[in-house]
Amino acid sequence: MAGRAAVRPDVLVVGGGNAALCAALAARDAGGRVLLLEKTAPEWRGGNSKYTRNVRVASPEYPEDEFLRDLIEVTGPDLDRQLARFTIGRSRELPAWMEAHGARWQGALRGTLQLSRTNRFFLGGGKALLNAYYRHAERAGVEVRYRTEVLALEIENGVFRRARVRAPEGEAEIEAGAVVVASGGFEGNREWLRRTHGEAADNYLVRGSGANDGRLLGQLLELGARRRGNPHGFHAVACDARAPRAEGGIVTRVDAIPFGIVVNREGRRFADEGADLWPKRYASWGGLIARQPGQLAFSVFDRQVMGRFIPPLYPPYRAERLEDLAGQMGIDAVALIETVEGFNRAVDSDAPYDPGRLDGRGTRGVDPPKSNWALALEQPPFFAYPLRPGITFTYLAVGVDERARVLGEDGHPFANVFAAGEVMAGNVLLNGYLGGFGMTIGSVFGRIAGEEAAVCGRAA
Amino acid sequence: MAGLLELIAEAERQLTICNACRYCEGYCAVFPAAERRSAFALGDVVQLANLCHDCRACHQACMFAPPHEFGVDIPGLMRQVRLAGYRRYAWPGALAALFGRPRLTAALVGLAGMLLALLAVVWSHGPGALARSHTGPGAFYQLIGYELLLAGFLALTALVVLVLGVGGRRLWRDVGGDRASLDPGAWAATLADVLLLRYLGGGGGGCYHPDPLHPSRARRVLHQLLFGGFALAFAATLAAAVEQDLLGWLPPYPLLSVPVLLGTAGGAAMVIGAGGLLWLGRRASTTDAPRSRTLDGAFLWLSEAVGVSGLALLALRTTPLIGPLLILHLGTVVGVFVTAPYGKLVHGLHRTLALLQDRAEARREP
Repeated sequence: MAGRAAVRPDVLVVGGGNAALCAALAARDAGGRVLLLEKTAPEWRGGNSKYTRNVRVASPEYPEDEFLRDLIEVTGPDLDRQLARFTIGRSRELPAWMEAHGARWQGALRGTLQLSRTNRFFLGGGKALLNAYYRHAERAGVEVRYRTEVLALEIENGVFRRARVRAPEGEAEIEAGAVVVASGGFEGNREWLRRTHGEAADNYLVRGSGANDGRLLGQLLELGARRRGNPHGFHAVACDARAPRAEGGIVTRVDAIPFGIVVNREGRRFADEGADLWPKRYASWGGLIARQPGQLAFSVFDRQVMGRFIPPLYPPYRAERLEDLAGQMGIDAVALIETVEGFNRAVDSDAPYDPGRLDGRGTRGVDPPKSNWALALEQPPFFAYPLRPGITFTYLAVGVDERARVLGEDGHPFANVFAAGEVMAGNVLLNGYLGGFGMTIGSVFGRIAGEEAAVCGRAA
Repeated sequence: MAGLLELIAEAERQLTICNACRYCEGYCAVFPAAERRSAFALGDVVQLANLCHDCRACHQACMFAPPHEFGVDIPGLMRQVRLAGYRRYAWPGALAALFGRPRLTAALVGLAGMLLALLAVVWSHGPGALARSHTGPGAFYQLIGYELLLAGFLALTALVVLVLGVGGRRLWRDVGGDRASLDPGAWAATLADVLLLRYLGGGGGGCYHPDPLHPSRARRVLHQLLFGGFALAFAATLAAAVEQDLLGWLPPYPLLSVPVLLGTAGGAAMVIGAGGLLWLGRRASTTDAPRSRTLDGAFLWLSEAVGVSGLALLALRTTPLIGPLLILHLGTVVGVFVTAPYGKLVHGLHRTLALLQDRAEARREP
């Protein structure tokens, strides 16, 4: 049959991102014969991981307790606390392990100084890291097959037997001693998003991999895996509405929001643009815009703040008069002018403006208020970026234990089915996001899944 | 090839994406320098292009590289800008056309150099000198008069320095260089950047030429062998001048003398360096930057000829071949000199000026 492995692998790794590569490398290090199946062509390999830039790790400078507190602050108290503590503890070993498998580092990027103590930055970003892992895997003897999609896992009485796959040369069945599912969430699956979010889903952008269709996540849940994480939840930020529908990455995000006002397509403001420091508020705007009519909004500002934020890849709309700006935005000029004038009147111009901190320069008598950095929009030219929610990842997950074994609904693990990365991140990340923590989860559980799968796959 | 103005517009588009991403900041000087700018005029792009050493580490790391619709390819674009820059800053402008036919130019100039050397021999000692062997002190000068040789090379050097100087000054103005950029600290740092070829290191992992998937140090090592070979050959010439004019010893010098040792090491380094770079170029895929490969190839073959003819001259200097080999060697050296402003060698000047300006910029940063 087409595509059948010459030798039955001990470990079948499904996916081609960070968690999958960590699993493959760890399984190979543990002596297993490893076959990795990546759904995409080589030039698109790497899933969401290729868009990342750093990993959060505990260290003497960043104690585990502080790490856990940071996590609970963003994700709420309902996480699996024991598993979270375990993940954080194991993150300490990551830098050395990653270096041993080809990772290189660089200093915290400009504008990310707040992360220099807590996160390690990959030289060149996630794709460079993944390239190093793939090179390492190739040298170590991991077999990698591209354009090979797993259609279904055959699991009998809790034991994985074989996978049905589709490759360019046709469909095939691949037997293996154990399987590591590291194939991501469902953010790239428009139909699934439509099921959970209705018509609005058509207006979402996907920042990460369009290939993440959640097929195996859904299948494991159907096969009786324990359901973890919010089935409707996704992490989304404000992206330029002109960005591609998928694979827009980091460069489509719009950081101008705290410097002006945000209006919806009716020309009305709908949220406090200056609620907190931007890194903390950054992730809330995807959801806020998703709840606006047409899932469309605009960041509007004037000449005074141009140059204070990192410009995204598309130039802003620009006009000398708000009326003309509204024309470019395609919204009602009267409503926009009314909103801007009302906002300008409400600005508390007594407090000094200081974009470097929470300056308390807010508004009075306008709803919603703007709590900080309120500047009247009065110096032309005026600018606007169109915004849509850009999904980074989904939260729905299969339950796992500390050995990365997929748990059944009754809490019993499947014998030889392991999960790592986004497909199980919802065990410890239920809401919000902590920069670099996705890579922590993927790396920690990828390694564990690989080691465990090698042991049980060789025995099988 | 696209015109410089189209390249600038495309550079503005791509570098705006880079500045929104910043993942490649740690690779080299290009990305920090791009982040210091929010607009990209001609001088900015020329500056960045000459900072780019084409190691392509950023390209393998780029998730927005083709087939992604953003189509980011900074090393490819910077290579095109450099090529356009060689023409733009060539002086006199009419000779910029030579960049269009690098192999023909190198061949013709090399031949012209040999013809000049031949005429010099004939003029000095008549055609019969070519057929004899010459040994003992002053053997070379039995072929070409010392004064003629010295005057010829001094005139040539002055001309080349003038031509390079005019072009370099134009580039220096375009990239925003000024007197303040010339402080000693910037010079020292630049010298180190050049000697270490710092930005061909791929941030430590190596250069992705010729293999786009597996980085290696080969290109950096071979480049420095060639560069060092020329430096040693130059040092050999200086040492010979000292021995002849200060100590009164006439060439040819014995095998274990300073000029011959330096010259031999230099020649060998040139032969290995140029040959290795030609070999790397052949291993790269044929679609990989054909224009810059032609330019590289012309210079590398000429360098190879200088090295081989120099070593042959040393080995066979006691035979009747000394005459023809001297002509061959002098001719190829003239070829390297004269094509310097109109061939690959000009990159050394452009890069050094850009590195100097970059160090100065970085030092001025708050």
